[in-house]
Amino acid sequence: MTRIVSTTTGLYPLPDTAKEELSDLKGNQKEDLIGPDLDDETEAVYDRVRAELIETQADAGLNQVVEGQARWDDMLAHPLAVHEAVETRGIVRYYDNNNFYREPVVTDELTADGDVAAELDDAASQVDDGLQAVLPGPYSLADLGTDEYYGDPAEYLAAVAEFLAGEAGAFPDVETLLLLDPSLVENPPRAGYDEGEGEDAFSDAIEGEAVTDAIDTLAGAVDAEVVVYPYWGALDEKTHAHVLDADVDALGYDLVSEPDDNVYNVQEYGTTDDVALGLVDGQNTLVESPETVRERVDWFTGSTPSEEYGTVYAVPNTELFYLPENKVEAKLETLANAAHLEVTA
Amino acid sequence: MTRDQFRPPEHDNEHFLLTTVVGSYPKPKWLHRARDMWNDDENSFDDDDFEEAKNDASRLITKEHERAGLDVVVDGEMRRNEMVEYFAHRIDGCEFNGPVKVWGHNYFDKPSVVDEVEYDEEWLISEYEFTAAVADRPVKVPITGPYTLANWSFNEAYETDEELAYELAELVNEEIEGLVEAGARYIQIDEPALATTPDDHAIVGECLERITADVPADVRLCLHVCYGDYSRIYPEILEFPVDEFDIELCNKDYEQLDVFKDPEFTKDLAFGVVDAHVGEVESVEEIEANIRKALEVVPPEQLTISPDCGLKLLPREVGYGKMENLVQAARNVEADLDAGEISAGQSQAVADD
Repeated sequence: MTRIVSTTTGLYPLPDTAKEELSDLKGNQKEDLIGPDLDDETEAVYDRVRAELIETQADAGLNQVVEGQARWDDMLAHPLAVHEAVETRGIVRYYDNNNFYREPVVTDELTADGDVAAELDDAASQVDDGLQAVLPGPYSLADLGTDEYYGDPAEYLAAVAEFLAGEAGAFPDVETLLLLDPSLVENPPRAGYDEGEGEDAFSDAIEGEAVTDAIDTLAGAVDAEVVVYPYWGALDEKTHAHVLDADVDALGYDLVSEPDDNVYNVQEYGTTDDVALGLVDGQNTLVESPETVRERVDWFTGSTPSEEYGTVYAVPNTELFYLPENKVEAKLETLANAAHLEVTA
Repeated sequence: MTRDQFRPPEHDNEHFLLTTVVGSYPKPKWLHRARDMWNDDENSFDDDDFEEAKNDASRLITKEHERAGLDVVVDGEMRRNEMVEYFAHRIDGCEFNGPVKVWGHNYFDKPSVVDEVEYDEEWLISEYEFTAAVADRPVKVPITGPYTLANWSFNEAYETDEELAYELAELVNEEIEGLVEAGARYIQIDEPALATTPDDHAIVGECLERITADVPADVRLCLHVCYGDYSRIYPEILEFPVDEFDIELCNKDYEQLDVFKDPEFTKDLAFGVVDAHVGEVESVEEIEANIRKALEVVPPEQLTISPDCGLKLLPREVGYGKMENLVQAARNVEADLDAGEISAGQSQAVADD
């Protein structure tokens, strides 16, 4: 019997009250954004926000709870943006969105700095079980940053993976580690591919095997279920195969943006025993019903050859910060109730 | 030609480089304070008070533009809070659920389109009428285009964003008809979203067909697109039914200038000669050099001089300084052209024929 686990991709929007409070405390220019040296008053606001976000998830009835990543001013680039060995430069576009982050430029050796672990330690003290860690996949984090230290793209990717592994190794006990990996769709590794080369120096130089190795480095650092979730489309066939080669427990499929291409990948090439499915739209305020979410799960499982999946992680198809606060809460309830439908059906 | 009507009667030089701005301008600090007071339920500052404050600001900034010497002025968009939000508040079918992040601690109230969009109250007609009554120079009206309105909203009601954009184009068309009736002769459609999704240029073109269908020939229509890879939309945009393109090139030091040289630029070119995101005022000499770069693309008869983008993020005195130097530089280049002192670029040679 397939178990549906409702959870989220993290990167929550700040509660509206905290938006203004933090803007007043920190300022709203690029030099005012989060760095390694936050003052106590600001950290206290973030601690309060963390508790609020955990409570919101518990109230909604989600099966697994995340820390919320309210401090991640630079979205998925955050672990680099706050690092001592990284300079943040101009404001650059965040994928194809009308959102921007500070370009993190790696200028020295990356070593684990415990920034994400500290957030999770605080979250762990408030969550009895079902805590889920969220990190950018190593490929996406490397893609969002710029290397001026390692010199070689493959070496840089491996170093980013080691850095994240060091970070994850310091985590408290977590049930799952969710790796958000949109760059695998948006700017996939191209070295050795016939098509699409010449678009980007980083992806042109990275081979699929290097992505497998980078994920393995990170997966080997934690004693938790590891889920890789690419989004904004479907993986190309080769990248899909390389991610499946990695030691991951579940691969994810964004059924909101590209349902057919994602199902095709699974039909043709198979997948992991557990899967993560992007089921509610993280970038539209229209709130789906729990029944719609269940239909999407049933459509996926019915269309793919596996008789039965162990666990389906039911998640929004993107991070959550694109939405206003009230719609995030409504979508959490949808996901929680969709999983609940499964139990009572 | 639509541009001759904007040449001031007292213009001395034989050549005429039309000088204008993109639209937004730093608001006086007291206007922000007035808005805060108006938003505060416990404050007695009411709708009439706030209206008076906005009128004062509009009058002040329109005159500030004239003092800088611009040939065509705007009121700095003193009544508008944001380029999508302002319009969505006036469109039936839109609702607001709270602020969403753009970057860092910068947010905007991104509207949700929850029902069929319909034209309700006017958007800009009274703004235009007020500014035109105050101004001694012709007034340009910047208006956010339907493609950007659609792309920067949550679309709950329409099957595709394209369909929503076409529906919004009908509303923009209605507003522009009203503006033309009120006397507006220079309308700039802002489509910054095209820069993020250049493959959609055909949708923007189709929107413009709908917007401009009934606009009289003497009304000057401009399209403003900024901060993107122009090679992905040029030369396709030359097919668009507008008179002028307003582009930003100063910000990246004209690295995309060559894009517009081949094939020949057949529309009027409103050329960004000062950077809207650098806090120092460019010198007159520097701006003159930038204007000469434009003459490599079009002859002076097709050239409009403008900042890269809206100036609203700059300190006010810097915004003013840029406008003043921009005008001075344009007048100097006109004089040089009159005197035959500017060695012509390829387009210049065509103009001299």
